[in-house]
Amino acid sequence: MIGLSHYLIVSAIIFSIGLIGVLRRRNLLMLFFATEIMLNAVNIAFAAISHYYNDLTGQMFAFFIIAIAASEVAVGLGILIVLYKKHGSLDLDDLASMRG
Amino acid sequence: MFENFITSLMTVEGFAFYLFSFLTIGLFSVTVMSKNILYSMTSLAAAMVLVSGFFFLLGADFLGVIQIIVYVGAVIALYAFAMMFFDATRDIKEKNTNSFVVFLLGGMSALVLVLMFAAPIHSNDIQALYPMTEGVGNAQDVGMVLFTKYLVPFEVAAVMLLVAMIAGIILAGKKMNHSITENMEIDNDAKDEIMIQKDKE
Repeated sequence: MIGLSHYLIVSAIIFSIGLIGVLRRRNLLMLFFATEIMLNAVNIAFAAISHYYNDLTGQMFAFFIIAIAASEVAVGLGILIVLYKKHGSLDLDDLASMRG
Repeated sequence: MFENFITSLMTVEGFAFYLFSFLTIGLFSVTVMSKNILYSMTSLAAAMVLVSGFFFLLGADFLGVIQIIVYVGAVIALYAFAMMFFDATRDIKEKNTNSFVVFLLGGMSALVLVLMFAAPIHSNDIQALYPMTEGVGNAQDVGMVLFTKYLVPFEVAAVMLLVAMIAGIILAGKKMNHSITENMEIDNDAKDEIMIQKDKE
């Protein structure tokens, strides 16, 4: 049978895929995609715990995470557009303007 | 272990779980590894739809529907619109600094997370705060809890979405009258030519 730990392990694997994306990519848009992946992984874990403990709190938290993800995308894409207007690229290495 | 896997594949729930998990992990890997933004966005959209399959499997029907509507309908559409501002068809050139360290860190954190989650949880004392009501659909159940116990966070989330919408409009709407994908130098040259022509006149 599929238990809680199955879902939690899948969630952990997806979360670390997102983490690898955040660490590895240099393009800001790809960083946003990786953040979405991590948020989704957490949502899976919340829904699984909610199901196996017969409790609705996990689903509530998943709803608020989805709302936060939506607003994060709206603000983040606005910032990306402003950055692209200013610098002409979305590469993180090009954007490093403060060198110590 | 392996026999357990095979027997769970025989049941509908187990088959669906393994199908969804392999597909989502593969598609998310494509999202992270792909060089082309268009490919990675498409695979991200497909994986979001498949993640909602997990929610339907877990009995969280309303959450699954919201996942499809918000993520695939709104977030991915927003990304698609934003990509029209950037040069999306071009491959991304980025130098990947020392990807061995990255994979080591990612793999180590995956291992730690899996060990943490797979460890036996002493969960007998955990009691459901808002237990699911018997004989009531998931959407109705969610509604009853959301609009009684979680009303204030719900309203705060509504205000937060409004603030995010205004911020997005103001950030993206500045100087929309000139295109940003056109090359700036060509733009300046064209302006210079116009100026020269005006001078000649």
